[in-house]
Amino acid sequence: MRRGPWLWVAALAVYAFLYVPLAIVVAYSFNDSRLNAEWVGFTWHWYDVLLHDEAMLTAAGNSLFIALVSSLIATALGTMAGIAMHRYKLRLLTFMVLIPVAMPEILLGVSLLLFFIQVLNLTLGMLSIVLAHITFSIGFVAIIVRARLAGMDESIFEAARDLGASPWETFRYITFPLILPGVVAGGLMAFTLSIDDFVITFFTAGVGVSTLPLHIYSMIKIAVTPEVNAVSTLLMLLTLTMIVLASKFAPDVLKGKA
Amino acid sequence: MAVRAEKFISPARLTRWLVSGPPFVFLLLFFVMPSVIMVLASFRYPGEFGGLAPLTASDPAVLQGVTLETYRFFFSDPIYSRVFVKSIIMAFATTLICLVMAYPLALLIARSPKKSRDLMVLLVILPFASNFLIRVYAWMIVLGPQSALSLMANSMLQGLGMEPVRLLFSPFAVLIAMVYVHLPFMVLPLYTNLEKHDPALLDAAQDLGANAWQRFWRVTFPLSLPGIFSGSALVFIPVLGMFAIPDILGGTGDMLIGNLIKEQFLGTRDWPFGSTLSIMLTVAVLLIAWLAAKLAGKRGSYA
Repeated sequence: MRRGPWLWVAALAVYAFLYVPLAIVVAYSFNDSRLNAEWVGFTWHWYDVLLHDEAMLTAAGNSLFIALVSSLIATALGTMAGIAMHRYKLRLLTFMVLIPVAMPEILLGVSLLLFFIQVLNLTLGMLSIVLAHITFSIGFVAIIVRARLAGMDESIFEAARDLGASPWETFRYITFPLILPGVVAGGLMAFTLSIDDFVITFFTAGVGVSTLPLHIYSMIKIAVTPEVNAVSTLLMLLTLTMIVLASKFAPDVLKGKA
Repeated sequence: MAVRAEKFISPARLTRWLVSGPPFVFLLLFFVMPSVIMVLASFRYPGEFGGLAPLTASDPAVLQGVTLETYRFFFSDPIYSRVFVKSIIMAFATTLICLVMAYPLALLIARSPKKSRDLMVLLVILPFASNFLIRVYAWMIVLGPQSALSLMANSMLQGLGMEPVRLLFSPFAVLIAMVYVHLPFMVLPLYTNLEKHDPALLDAAQDLGANAWQRFWRVTFPLSLPGIFSGSALVFIPVLGMFAIPDILGGTGDMLIGNLIKEQFLGTRDWPFGSTLSIMLTVAVLLIAWLAAKLAGKRGSYA
């Protein structure tokens, strides 16, 4: 295969571009200085500050709760949508599922803000965030489930019907076990998207409730301390662990995601 | 009656409704309705204390009813068109830089042995798995006034006898973070396309006397156009609506469409004008998506 040295140099430079900024964040999280400037010495201080930051911990708890609830509901609805898109080729539903995935997040954020306040007269908070997160996650789950179904041999379902299985039995014993890896991958995707989301949460959270990304945003905007580096490092470690675990216990799932 | 109902609702039909009904109703309620509300809101007057003005009011002094005022305002003040043009230029620049950076990487991965490809792709996605804000924040440190990069750039400028520059809170900072955050969206579709190329084509070109540059420019590049178009759409569209990066890394003059929209909804609380701006953004996005689909569709089997 043709892989000239210039190709290697260019590619390695891009990898460096991807990793150096994040490596600097990790390094500074152990720096014994209030400024993200020169290296003073090693410390765990910023992790200690983090562990005693009530607001940060509350925000992390909120994020976890919202991600759990919204990803469960989005997985159920998204799986249905994926099956419906594959089986019935409903053009309107397909359109409604795919557009929210493709459009800039800010549009979904502001239209939901308008809808929650102007039409539903809802006080923004936990409920509005969960509803918003379900809305943007459904599409991702549906796409993964549909891709899984598309790769399957239709004759299995016909065989089940010919052998007298009802639609429910066909689903329970044939379709569901087969699409399960896709459903799990979709669920993990929805969970990750929810826990990571900043833009849509920013518009639908109101004043009372904060999530981890919202809290990090206000820290970055108002006063940057190396505590941000510490929380960033921990979050990166968490993502890394999840990816390693996923690749170990369910390599199928990781492939479905990529 | 019961007999007739049974005749019409067959099990297959019932299943169809049970499966497609719930997601359909949910998206109708939380995606279609809000979008329709936003279109309607753009034809209203802003309320006295934010929100929308009433459709009808007994007091004639109160703004009421429907209007084209927000659209007239958008086109009458060049500030808004200028922000749109600036955002489109930013999106173009980001897409172009992403393309130039992603191409060699995607090519290298596609031409690597099969067993190392997965790892190389994973290494592209991995930083992308960390939170969006963290990736933006990282550039606050890298470009900060006391950072190695800033000190180096400024000592170089000083050596050349020029004024020192501020890297952070500048259009440059916004651009570099835009590229950083969206780069994987360009690498992945490009790789997916390049991986499918038949190496025999390059051998054939070589046998026919094409040099390395000709082989790239006349064989690989044209075949990769569908990958380029879909990657470009995946970068261009989110950049066009981005508000967080200019908000965090930009200066006061680096507002893009997204910042303008955010300002209308959360700052000045002029919701009708915010809705109008959002609709303009939607129109721009649809035009770009349509163009990309058309361009990508024209090219044959490697899509």
